[in-house]
Amino acid sequence: MEKTACIIDVARLNFYYGKFQALKNISLQLESKKITAFIGPSGCGKSTFLRTLNRMNDLIAGARVEGKVLIDGRDIYAQDMDVVELRRRVGMVFQRPNPFPMSIFDNITYAPRMQGQHKGLDDLVERTLVRAALWDEVRDKLKSSALSLSGGQQQRLCIARALAADPGILLMDEPCSALDPVSTLRIEELMQDLKNEYTIIIVTHNMQQAARVSDYTGFFLSGELIEFGDSNKIFTKPDDKRTEDYITGRFG
Amino acid sequence: MTKSIRKTFDEQLSDMQQEIVCMGSMVEQMVHRAIKALSERDVELAERVIQMDDAVDDLDLSIEGRCMRMLALQQPVARDLRTIGTAMKIITDLERMGDHAVDIAKMARTMADQPLFKPLVDIPRMAAIVQKMLRESLHAFVNRDIKLVHKMVADDDAVDALYRSIYDEIADYMEKDPGIIRQGLILLMVARFLERIADHATNIGERVIFMETGVLEELNI
Repeated sequence: MEKTACIIDVARLNFYYGKFQALKNISLQLESKKITAFIGPSGCGKSTFLRTLNRMNDLIAGARVEGKVLIDGRDIYAQDMDVVELRRRVGMVFQRPNPFPMSIFDNITYAPRMQGQHKGLDDLVERTLVRAALWDEVRDKLKSSALSLSGGQQQRLCIARALAADPGILLMDEPCSALDPVSTLRIEELMQDLKNEYTIIIVTHNMQQAARVSDYTGFFLSGELIEFGDSNKIFTKPDDKRTEDYITGRFG
Repeated sequence: MTKSIRKTFDEQLSDMQQEIVCMGSMVEQMVHRAIKALSERDVELAERVIQMDDAVDDLDLSIEGRCMRMLALQQPVARDLRTIGTAMKIITDLERMGDHAVDIAKMARTMADQPLFKPLVDIPRMAAIVQKMLRESLHAFVNRDIKLVHKMVADDDAVDALYRSIYDEIADYMEKDPGIIRQGLILLMVARFLERIADHATNIGERVIFMETGVLEELNI
C-alpha cells in the first residue's frame, strides 16, 4: 500500500513581477494523488502560484521568487535543479488546447522522440490515449492532423501528451474554459480517473467545477492564500468571511 | 457591509423567507383557533382550522419548489446553501405543526356537544407558549438570531412542565369520576399535540443554529 503523503511543500513563498508583489508569503502542503483546486478573482495570484510549481514564470523578465518550493523533498529553485527534468515531472495543461500542428501520433511521441526514445512508441500512444479517455475516438486516425479534432478532443490530446512524459504531477490552468459543457464533464471525469496515479492541481474560475472535482480547495485574494482546506468544508462552511463572500458571489 | 452582486438571487432568498413567515403565521393562527374552538366548543371555527390546512400544504409545496429552483439555477454554496437546506427542513416541521392543529380541531369538533367538566386553564396557557415559540423560531430564522433560538428553546421546559401537570390533573379527575374519562382522554391528547408542536419549534431552532454555525446540535434532550 502506497501511503498518501505531502508531495509539494511550499514555504513562505513570495513572488514579484518587478516591483509588484503577486504572491505574499504562501505556505501550504499539497497531498499526493489528490486534486487540489485554486480559486479566486482575476489577478489574485492563483495562476502565478500554479506556474511557480514548474518554474514557468522563469521566462518572465523581472520575475523574482523568494521562499521555498519542495517537490518530492527537493527544492525546485535550487541552483542545481534541472528545469527540463522538473517540467517532465510536473506536466502542464493550458487554458486553450495547444496541439502541435502535426498528427495525433506525433503530438504524443514528439517529446519522447526528442529525448531519444524510438522504441515502444505505439504502446506509449495507446497507453496515454487510453488514460486520457481519447483512444476509442481516435484509434483509427492516429495519422490525422491533431487540428482536425474538436476542442474537447484536442484538450484530451494535450493531457495525453503531458502524460507521455510520465509526470507525477499535472498542473491544469483553466483546462475547460474553452470547452463546451459535455467536454468539460468528460475532462472532469478523466481527472477523477487520473487521480489514482497523478497529483492534480487545477486553477479555475468555475467554482462549481472546483467543488465538483477537487479534494482540497485554496482561495487566493490579492496575492494571499486566504483559506485552504477540504473542499467539502470550503463550499459548505468556510472559516473566513472573505471566502464566504467570494464563493457566494457577495464580493465587493 | 458587503455589497452583493447577486441581487436577483438575494431577492429570491428573501421572497422564500417571506413565504415561510407567511406559512408560519398561518400555522400559528390554526393553533390559536383550534384551542379557541376547543374552549368555546365552536364547531364552525374547528371546521375553518381544518380547511386552512390546504393552504398550508400549498405553501409547503410552493416553498419547496422555490428552494429546488434556487438549488438548480443558482447553485448556492456555503451560507446560501445552508439557508436553503434549512428552509426545506423548516417547512416540513411547519407542515406537521399544521397537521397537529388540525388534530386538535378535530378533537374540538368531537367534544363540541358536551359541556367541559372544568373550564380549560392550563391548555390555553400551554398553547400560548407554543405559539410564541413558533413565532420566535421563524423570527430567529429570518434574522439569523441564535440568541433568540436559545431563549425560545428555554420555553420548551415550561411546555413540558405544563404537559406533566395537565397529565396528573386529568388523571386525578378521571380516577374520581369515570364519567369524564372520554373527555379527559381527548384533552390529554390535545396537550400531547401541543407538546409535539413545541418540539417542532425546537427542531426549527436547531436548524437555525446549523444554518449559522454549520454545526447540528440537539437542543432539547
